[in-house]
Amino acid sequence: MAQYVKKDDDRDEEAEYSPFSGIEKGAVLQEARVFNDPQLDSRRCSQVITKLLYLLNQGDSFTKTEATEVFFSVTKLFQARDIGLRRMVYLIIKELSPSADEVIIVTSSLMKDMNSKTDVYRANAIRVLCRITDGTLLTQIERYLKQAIVDKNPVVASAALVSGIHLLQTNPEIVKRWSNEIQEAVQSRSALVQFHALALLQQIRQNDRLAVSKLVTSLTKGTVRSPLAQCLLIRYTSQVIRESNNSQTGDRPFYDYLEGCLRHKAEMVIFEAARAITELSGVTSRELTPAITVLQLFLSSSKPVLRFAAVRTLNKVAMTHPMAVTTCNIDMESLISDQNRSIATLAITTLLKTGNESGVDRLMKQITNFMSDIADEFKIVVVDAIRSLCLKFPLKFRTLMGFLSNILREEGGFEYKKAIVDSIVTIIRDIPDAKESGLLHLCEFIEDCEFTYLSTQILHFLGIEGPKTSDPSKFIRYIYNRVPLENPTVRASAVSTLAKFGATVDSLKPRIFILLRRCLYDNDDEVRDRATLYLNTIGGDGSVVETDKEVKEFLFGSFDLPLANLETSLKNYEPSEEPFSIRSVSREVKSQPFAEKKAAAKKPSGLGAPPAGPTSTVDSCEKLLLSIPEFSTFGHLFKSSAPVELTEAETEYAVNVVKHIFDKHIVFQYNCTNTIPEQLLEDVTIVVDASEAEEFEELVTKPLKSLPYDTPGQTFVAFEKPEGVSAVGKFSNVLRFIVKEVDPSTGEAEEEGVEDEYQLEEFEVVSADYMLKVGVSNFRNAWENLGEGFERVDEYGLGPRDSLKEAVSAVINLLGMQPCEGTEVVAANSRSHTCLLSGVYIGNVKVLVRLSFGVDSAKEVAMKLAVRSEDESVSDAIHELVAN
Amino acid sequence: MATSARRDACPAIKNLLLLDSEGRRVAVKYYTDEWPTNAAKLAFERSIFAKTLKTNARTEAEIVMFENNVVLYKFIQDLHLFVTGGDNENELALASVLQGFSEAVTLLLRGNVDQREALENLDMMFLCLDEIVDAGMILETDGSLIAGKVATHSIDDGAPLSEQYLVRPL
Repeated sequence: MAQYVKKDDDRDEEAEYSPFSGIEKGAVLQEARVFNDPQLDSRRCSQVITKLLYLLNQGDSFTKTEATEVFFSVTKLFQARDIGLRRMVYLIIKELSPSADEVIIVTSSLMKDMNSKTDVYRANAIRVLCRITDGTLLTQIERYLKQAIVDKNPVVASAALVSGIHLLQTNPEIVKRWSNEIQEAVQSRSALVQFHALALLQQIRQNDRLAVSKLVTSLTKGTVRSPLAQCLLIRYTSQVIRESNNSQTGDRPFYDYLEGCLRHKAEMVIFEAARAITELSGVTSRELTPAITVLQLFLSSSKPVLRFAAVRTLNKVAMTHPMAVTTCNIDMESLISDQNRSIATLAITTLLKTGNESGVDRLMKQITNFMSDIADEFKIVVVDAIRSLCLKFPLKFRTLMGFLSNILREEGGFEYKKAIVDSIVTIIRDIPDAKESGLLHLCEFIEDCEFTYLSTQILHFLGIEGPKTSDPSKFIRYIYNRVPLENPTVRASAVSTLAKFGATVDSLKPRIFILLRRCLYDNDDEVRDRATLYLNTIGGDGSVVETDKEVKEFLFGSFDLPLANLETSLKNYEPSEEPFSIRSVSREVKSQPFAEKKAAAKKPSGLGAPPAGPTSTVDSCEKLLLSIPEFSTFGHLFKSSAPVELTEAETEYAVNVVKHIFDKHIVFQYNCTNTIPEQLLEDVTIVVDASEAEEFEELVTKPLKSLPYDTPGQTFVAFEKPEGVSAVGKFSNVLRFIVKEVDPSTGEAEEEGVEDEYQLEEFEVVSADYMLKVGVSNFRNAWENLGEGFERVDEYGLGPRDSLKEAVSAVINLLGMQPCEGTEVVAANSRSHTCLLSGVYIGNVKVLVRLSFGVDSAKEVAMKLAVRSEDESVSDAIHELVAN
Repeated sequence: MATSARRDACPAIKNLLLLDSEGRRVAVKYYTDEWPTNAAKLAFERSIFAKTLKTNARTEAEIVMFENNVVLYKFIQDLHLFVTGGDNENELALASVLQGFSEAVTLLLRGNVDQREALENLDMMFLCLDEIVDAGMILETDGSLIAGKVATHSIDDGAPLSEQYLVRPL
């Protein structure tokens, strides 16, 4: 509203005339009194309702009293016979969303309208009534609704069906009784009625696979005419295909139906079918071809929507089946100049995914022209695609790195620059040859970088990677140049980076010391302090000696205390004789361990990622566990498993277990959630029966004091096991607790509780629990570095298997190792496959595995297993794992 | 009352917007809680308006991805029409909604499609939105049917003669 008032001041009166200029809520509410007039002026009333709706639509809101008042006077308007006015009455009732006691007042009027001879009334009264009713009324009007569903007027039928769809959320048992009528409506001649009926019918049956399957079987024979309904049917069909789960035996059911839809006359249906085919699991190239063909036709459509839909779908296909999409490459290339930049960007990124190595240079030339005239958000997408391309074709890194460094120098916002820098960093990490040139590009970038965050991150990264290059000295100039030119934050980072070079490269020490000494006169405290610290620790007396490991650890090691705890401890420290000791800081992580684990599990990428990578989740678990006194002596946490559910979904108590593996111990962390609002659980423990796990001996149980409703809590049980051995076994569990009734209105628990038990499912500790998934970027190098010393090779028969793919994933799961270089993906129909795995076995032993699979015509799978590791016994242990 | 956004469920519409040439609301309707406050709604309208302003969506409907939604839009004179759906929605199903929306608006305003005319007939614009989508569910996509349902301004059969007049004066 305000905008219309305002614009009168600064704009041409005539051009900006609005019938709602200067409209005010108070005045309109006054006007609404005309609704109470004995002699109703329909036209005037309509206008007032329009004004009320206008106010609501502009975001004004009515107070409870105002809304009630308007609602009551509006109900008077049911006397009027003007259809237009009645429509407005329906609208405003829906907008006011009256409370239950108010609804009663209009119920009889609406029910009268539901039985009116005027179709418009019938349809709208149904929609309004179903929207505002709270369910108690529903049984009364059910009979009318059933009739309405099969009404000969499609508007009425649709209104009843759509209302049914909404009511299904709140009153499913009632709506389910209408199945016969709905089924009749599916056969309606009206397109939209058919669509609504089909939607409702499927939603009623969605939990009954067999019923949905029957529905699809009967309808795909061809009675559905409406395009929208046809789209629904395609979705249901692909759902049935997904759930039918048939393997390579013969043709896929219903594929013919989907393919037939590709020849439908409505583009909407063609597209839905094409997309459904591309999303079939394990789709073969023969199945894909017809879908790709119609999508290719759409690419040259005059309608942007069609081009967009097609290129977006092809882009997704390119991720899994790049070869299938190459046929569209010529059409894609012409889309690079599309007016719609979303389409152009999708085309580019698709081309980047499907392109072959020889086409990279040409493609990059085209992209260079394209980059200057798109927005940052699109550029980021392109940069990400280029990064993946570079990792796919490492030999092309020169062209791609050159491109990235060029765009790094051009104008751009922070997010865009960050994406480029992240990409360069990733490429440097994964392609050793690209390191020196990449680092130099980054050096040039910080010469003229306006973002403090990026400068400091790059300086930090230089400190790690720079000293490892063949000639670290050439980076010194770039780093030191930051000191006289930048803000204090960047200067401090530069000082740290210089110190890192000094600590790692002895030959540079004298030069670094000179530079650091100059920093002692900086006008910023932090910069001076850092320079002083480094000079004193690395050897400020001028002598060039190798820096101590301890000093390095102190200066550049990781900091494992929770910062929040350190902060509190420092605040609590009172100056006294006794110096502050970092040992007094609690290591307990106060925040919810769950939330933290989630945050840590989210894999960071690019600059933000710690170079060590996969230990972050373990770190936070370790902190949590070691903060519990009973477990503090267990030493280093080797691995924490993913949670294993011990209860079915939606039971009274939800429990899952996380297995924490230590050298000599294993700790089970049971995460429990109480889902009953009326209960409070106390002294929650898990009674574990380890009779089927002989090598384990129960050590200690840590109960959970109280477990209120919907607040997850943890209880722990620790076991001792032989050191370094991958002991396995089965554990059965019973949840034991004292249950207390809680009054839901006050939230207070009763004093007296009752002891109770709850049977949980059992779980196993398996060999894979002792294996950390740690990938290697270059398997061949790693394989050769480990040498043949402890190589063990043997062959195994795996017996008949459903498919090679299944056999490969079974072995990967059994070993619990990280597949490398994408070798976990088995090409469809291939007869043999090689899979590369890497991991770290308990005792921190690096293990690499090369698996060669072959399958014969009888589906008998044979496997050759070659293991290399740092320890002979571990190589043997891996073989034992498989042999069993 | 938002219907499930699962792919195997129905196509769901998240909002219909009718904005003027400055990006201000003429009539809008939201069907999900994705934009819970009026401020969030206004922010969405402002940014989608700014993002699409320079494109040419007059002869054919245009399309853009925006905050994980697919937004289809079309400009008629100084009116900007938008239809928003989830990012997994069939773009062409959304296009049929936009098509019905723009045809209905054109018919209802009898060819004089501009913001002033739309405001003058705001009651019809509200009814039009109401007839296209019901709580996120597509109700009708045929422009002439939508306009037909909105424009029934006669008197019902039971009315006394004194209240009857044939055409509502505008």
